[in-house]
Amino acid sequence: MGKVLMRGNHVVAEAAVRAGCRYYFGYPITPQNEIPEYMSERLATVEGGVFVQAESEIASVHMVIGASMAGGRVMTSSSGPGISLKQEGISFLCALELPAVIVNMTRGGPGLGNIAPAQSDYFQSTRGGGHGDYRTIVLAPNSCQELADLTYEAFDLADKYRITVIILGDGMLGQMMEPVELPPEISLKKLPPKDWTITGAKGRPSRFIRSLILDPLLEEEHNWKLMRKYERISKEEVRWETYFTEDAKMIVVSFGIAARIAKGAIKRLRDEGLKVGLIRPISLWPFPSGAIRELAKKTKYFFVFEMNMGQMVEDVRIALDGAGEIHFYGRPGGIIPIPLEIARVISSQYYQKRLR
Amino acid sequence: MPSGTIEIDSELCKDCQLCISVCPHRLIVTSDRLNQKGYRFAQFTEKTLKKESKKCTGCALCAIVCPEIAIEVYRG
Amino acid sequence: MKKVFSRPKSIKKAYFHYCPGCGHSIIHRLIGEVIDEMNIQDKTVGVPPAGCAVLAYYYFDVDMGEASHGRAAAVATGLKRALPDRIIFTYQGDGDIAAIGTAETIHAAARGENITTIFVNNGVYGMTGGQMAPTTILGQSTTTSQGGRKEKRDGYPINLSEMLSLAPGSAYIERTAVDTPANILKTKKAIAKAFRVQMEGLGFSLVEILSSCPTNWKMNPEQAVKWMGDVMVKHFPLGVLKDVTGGKNDAR
Repeated sequence: MGKVLMRGNHVVAEAAVRAGCRYYFGYPITPQNEIPEYMSERLATVEGGVFVQAESEIASVHMVIGASMAGGRVMTSSSGPGISLKQEGISFLCALELPAVIVNMTRGGPGLGNIAPAQSDYFQSTRGGGHGDYRTIVLAPNSCQELADLTYEAFDLADKYRITVIILGDGMLGQMMEPVELPPEISLKKLPPKDWTITGAKGRPSRFIRSLILDPLLEEEHNWKLMRKYERISKEEVRWETYFTEDAKMIVVSFGIAARIAKGAIKRLRDEGLKVGLIRPISLWPFPSGAIRELAKKTKYFFVFEMNMGQMVEDVRIALDGAGEIHFYGRPGGIIPIPLEIARVISSQYYQKRLR
Repeated sequence: MPSGTIEIDSELCKDCQLCISVCPHRLIVTSDRLNQKGYRFAQFTEKTLKKESKKCTGCALCAIVCPEIAIEVYRG
Repeated sequence: MKKVFSRPKSIKKAYFHYCPGCGHSIIHRLIGEVIDEMNIQDKTVGVPPAGCAVLAYYYFDVDMGEASHGRAAAVATGLKRALPDRIIFTYQGDGDIAAIGTAETIHAAARGENITTIFVNNGVYGMTGGQMAPTTILGQSTTTSQGGRKEKRDGYPINLSEMLSLAPGSAYIERTAVDTPANILKTKKAIAKAFRVQMEGLGFSLVEILSSCPTNWKMNPEQAVKWMGDVMVKHFPLGVLKDVTGGKNDAR
């Protein structure tokens, strides 16, 4: 194909349409406004494309539910406060086992926060702000190319498992421009048919899609059914990337844009002879606990760096289960640290632990 | 005057008595027996009455007002 | 003699869980009759509410998709935009549509979404035990307005249909009641007209139906329909609030 220079938010929208997304329901909120803006134009150029700017993020997630019930590939996007509003909808999407893709371009928080990039929605995405026992696949891109690839794949994952996939980006990824190779357009006809949708009971008995199961015995079984699905996903859809971990004495754990900053820091440190490596979770749920535990066999020093006050670090702690020592460094509120700063903090830890 | 008759499914009846209140010929009464759910169901009395003037005309007002779709109406 | 009245095909043969004298089951039957007469059973998708009618999918023999409390208009919007040639209807209570779902309802009307909303107004939150609703009238006693709704503490009831008739996207808004056989037949006509408006792509259609809740009004069914006809209609007057068809396509 060839690469195009494109802004992150636009990449997400274009990749979605190429993946067969024909229904987008959204609402303006910085720093993802370019997604609804792009979709409002782009969906008019494809057959059956539907764009609605809804009256709120609550309304837009429920429109997603409706269009997903009808069998379509659907997406919505927002940032922190809007994703908070969508939580009930996410719980329903999971209970109803409806495929959907939700994009969060995280900003500083909590509350109204600011419009600068942050990573403080990790808990919200992986632990879920919605009620009940459910999980969503959470993917954390760290470049515009990954925004394209992961958004594109999200729709296949959503359909395959009848699950909601959250693309956890941030304000910086959404706004930055990088050269991207866009994926090819999918033909909707080639997609496997869905035999559970509600489209009018022509030629078959009527059916309904619902999450209210009053009998506790049946509700329990429904929960186990969901758990079995989540266990399958936990085995098959874990993703991560390692960088200079073969001989590392200290392993940095970072996701998303923080991982790119960390890579810059590690390049500096490697030039100075420090043996530091990085493991970058790409799927935040399912979390690459196994891969992290494997690395603990090489070294017990882990340095978790996130742009928040400490969220992914808890999953690292759980993964290590006492097999390593963790130092946490975080900068919340929309601050984007530079590689030099992270390099200094890592090297200070490195020397304090007397690593050679 | 058209003539008619109704059939009430006593097991569906919940004794709301709306049919009794709308029948223009007062041909429905509350039974003194209970159905399986414990309701005194509505009963069509035409067959048990001897008076000539009270006859069902199949107006279906009872069926229209019945919330349980418990009444079927025949007219001929 | 031939049978002139029986259960509609699109209503399953199931025992209604509604209370004796409840308006819901009458309205369910009317919708079923309309779906049968218009022959749209295999093209209709319904959205039930949270509320007493949450289990509507056990009664309607059409595809149905659950919405969370208040969001039926948004779910219906998603469905209709994805399936423009199907008939999409929502079935909502007064709390669902005029409290938590007000924004979604008003915006669906403002956008002129081609959906039909059946708004069952019984002035209380039935399923949760009879609390005050946006359409509880002043002086009406409910479990959260014991002794009667007071303006100072509880504010005034909402006349949603009047508000919706202001939206240019609304094509047909009518308020009816299911207290008397005559009104029940008028309600059926209104529902049929609303579906016809949707089929002709004219915009948003809504039928507000005053319905009785004998249990939470603490009356027996006969008293309940009488209260509806004597008192409730004074605050929620029956009639057509908006009709862009000019009366031309009245239901057959």
